[in-house]
Amino acid sequence: MASPPPPVKLLGTFASLPVHRAEAALRIKGVPYELILEDLKNKSELLLTHNPVHKKVPVLLHGDRAVCESLVILEYIDEAFDGPPLLPADPYDRATARFWAHFIDTKCSRPIWLSVWAEGDRQREALREVKQNLALLEAQLEGKRFFGGDSIGYLDLAACGLAHWIGVIAESGGVSLDTLMSDAEFPNLRRWAAEYVSDEAVRLCLPDRDRLLAYHMANVDKNKERAKSM
Amino acid sequence: MAGAAKSGHQLQLLDFWVSPFGQRCRIALDEKGLPYEYLEQDLANKSELLLRSNPVHKKIPVLLHAGRPVCESLIILHYLDEAFPSSAPLLPAGDAYARAQARFWADYVDKKVYECGTRLWKLKGEPQAQAVAEMLDILRTLDGALGDGREFFGGAAFGLADVALAPFTSWFHAYERFGGFSVEEECPRLAAWAKRCAQRPSVAKNVTPPEKVYDFICGLKKRFGIE
Repeated sequence: MASPPPPVKLLGTFASLPVHRAEAALRIKGVPYELILEDLKNKSELLLTHNPVHKKVPVLLHGDRAVCESLVILEYIDEAFDGPPLLPADPYDRATARFWAHFIDTKCSRPIWLSVWAEGDRQREALREVKQNLALLEAQLEGKRFFGGDSIGYLDLAACGLAHWIGVIAESGGVSLDTLMSDAEFPNLRRWAAEYVSDEAVRLCLPDRDRLLAYHMANVDKNKERAKSM
Repeated sequence: MAGAAKSGHQLQLLDFWVSPFGQRCRIALDEKGLPYEYLEQDLANKSELLLRSNPVHKKIPVLLHAGRPVCESLIILHYLDEAFPSSAPLLPAGDAYARAQARFWADYVDKKVYECGTRLWKLKGEPQAQAVAEMLDILRTLDGALGDGREFFGGAAFGLADVALAPFTSWFHAYERFGGFSVEEECPRLAAWAKRCAQRPSVAKNVTPPEKVYDFICGLKKRFGIE
């Protein structure tokens, strides 16, 4: 008789975008898992033991293995479990998906943050940069339902911030989503975003919008301060 | 192994001589026995080819495979593994966890080493002291990751994480001189690993000698007007 598969646990927090990436990937693959919520102001032994280097969420625990960093976790989930593939098969397409995920992770967050929380010229400059970045991603969606093609894949998960978090962050700062990512300028992204958040697997692990908004609104002063030092 | 690639693999590398990121790609290409054409780039006066191949970042390295560009050094390493599967693999086949660990450490090197190193040689006073402290922490973490008895980050085989870090071993000397510490003393396992890497032909051939890196940084400091 085959031994039961090793248990899968995900250490995460409510509002975290990288945690959502990992959770959504598990759901798409149909992998049963237990979500363990962490209090980042009082990190558990479990978290500190399994991510001693960064001490951050998400951490994927698969039996006695620990995998850290959301994009590394996505590739691990794709390779360790059966189910619909997250990355395309062709090496060049894989390189393209990884390129844009890296772009999103390294270039997109800061200008979005500053376009909401900075002031004057800094804010205007940040908004310009946001639109330049979004235009590149808009072009990647041309003629496609998702970045991954017909179904959600690695790059869609990497880009989830643009489907859900960007509108909440903007609203928490009194900025309309249309200022950052209007339907007129970015029809592909807006359409993609609506499809992403209503996907069966994604829906079940997307943080509730009202709760997420409340979470960001509770940190308005902190956010403004952070923007000043960025 | 450089040479004009007119047929067969058709690989070209847009690169800059001292770039540790570019050197990762050169090491990987040599480890895999893949011939390629090396195209040195003038970063002060970027070529049409570079701007066309990497319009988003306008940076090297860029790998061109039959004219199609692949950008970002770690992405290039993955691409080489996947497009040339019969060549020496950088990531172990069929071991998802080992692959995840290699990717984690390569990502760690990417996030930490160069940026901290730049602050270490660029800044002075308190911010520099902070950079030195951070660099020691980074190097000790990498030393710990190697542990005892492991030849390379993934075990017996030279792989992705090793290729990601190997070019930076030349920069250790500069970090030591500017930071006032010794890698050998602080991180003996890392120092031993660096020596092992240096013995590999792919590394010996492609990594800039430490003294030259130091001179290069001194040149940058002069140019930026830093004492």
